[in-house]
Amino acid sequence: MPSPELRTEAIETLLRERGVITSEAVDAVIAHYERDVGPRNGARVVVRAWVDPEYKRRLLADGTAAIAELGYGGPQGEHMVVVENGPRVHNVVVCTLCSCYPWPVLGLPPAWYKSPEYRARLVREPRRVLAEMGLALPPEVEIRVWDSSAEIRYLVLPERPTDTTGLDEAALAALVTRDAMIGVAKVRAGG
Amino acid sequence: MDGIHDLGGLEGFGPVPYRTGEPVFHHSWEGRVFALMLLAGAPNIDAFRHAIERVDPVTYLTAGYYGRWLAALERSVAEKPATSGTRSQAGSRRAVGYAPRFRVGQPVLVKEVRTPGHTRCPGYVRRRRGVVEIVHPAWVFPDTNAHGLGERPQYVYCVGFDGRELWGDGAEPGARFHIDLFESYLDAVA
Repeated sequence: MPSPELRTEAIETLLRERGVITSEAVDAVIAHYERDVGPRNGARVVVRAWVDPEYKRRLLADGTAAIAELGYGGPQGEHMVVVENGPRVHNVVVCTLCSCYPWPVLGLPPAWYKSPEYRARLVREPRRVLAEMGLALPPEVEIRVWDSSAEIRYLVLPERPTDTTGLDEAALAALVTRDAMIGVAKVRAGG
Repeated sequence: MDGIHDLGGLEGFGPVPYRTGEPVFHHSWEGRVFALMLLAGAPNIDAFRHAIERVDPVTYLTAGYYGRWLAALERSVAEKPATSGTRSQAGSRRAVGYAPRFRVGQPVLVKEVRTPGHTRCPGYVRRRRGVVEIVHPAWVFPDTNAHGLGERPQYVYCVGFDGRELWGDGAEPGARFHIDLFESYLDAVA
């Protein structure tokens, strides 16, 4: 079997010769997903919810509309549901059938999210999987797993660390990781 | 189809290959495959997912995510040589002229969905009882849309399941499982 590089080149050439695509259009898509979208978008949403209770209320009531207020939406984010973590509840998102993921707020998913290990195990032994990934949750915390197998996309609203008073929105956003918005980590005050 | 893609609950896998700080694309061909699939890969997202599901199981597990996409892209182009680049970008949410069949709090039973084609009803919830937790808007039905058999838009429900209902006595305590299911997959529980 030829290498993926050669196979990709062959199919791109074929589609270009058929007039279906141009190399410029391919470059533009890549640039968009490498530069313009990514977890910094989601971090802005999270921080706004932390600092603005009225925004948080809107975000939890209608995630799609509240996220659109900050300018984010589009493919793989047409209908967003935001689920809130708290002292007794921890939410975590997976897609067992493929690798559905909220592109407009988190960008494209990391390799581990797309791995057979994560997809197979998270819906069966979430507490063990999270512990293996470095997030040991006490037994009294309920884990809520969201298998986003249809077109609805889920974003986890992590808890704000307690010792972050006085930080502005930009400083808070720097603390919010992609993994905390998937639900496999918490936000730490030290980043 | 009961394919290798339907991974939920399958046992025998080791630790998640977890790392932080990954690039968006690990190789430049991955980005090109991603863009080609988006621009010209399949008539709609359901047909695209079905093309990935039909990648042979060994390749599916070993080629990596964009390796699967590449194999699916090759298949899509071979099956639909006249691909015109007019793939619908309209999304798949639709308005429907009927009321949802189920309401929040209602117990439901997932049907024994079996099809040789595409479905978004995973094996691990079939024949299991859950409770409707969210009534979502209506969406194009993947099971027909993937095969050019019409959009048949219908409501989608977030159904919550107890661990024991899905995994028996060995289930981890203190976990609840939510999954979005199309109306056609569900029956009311008397």
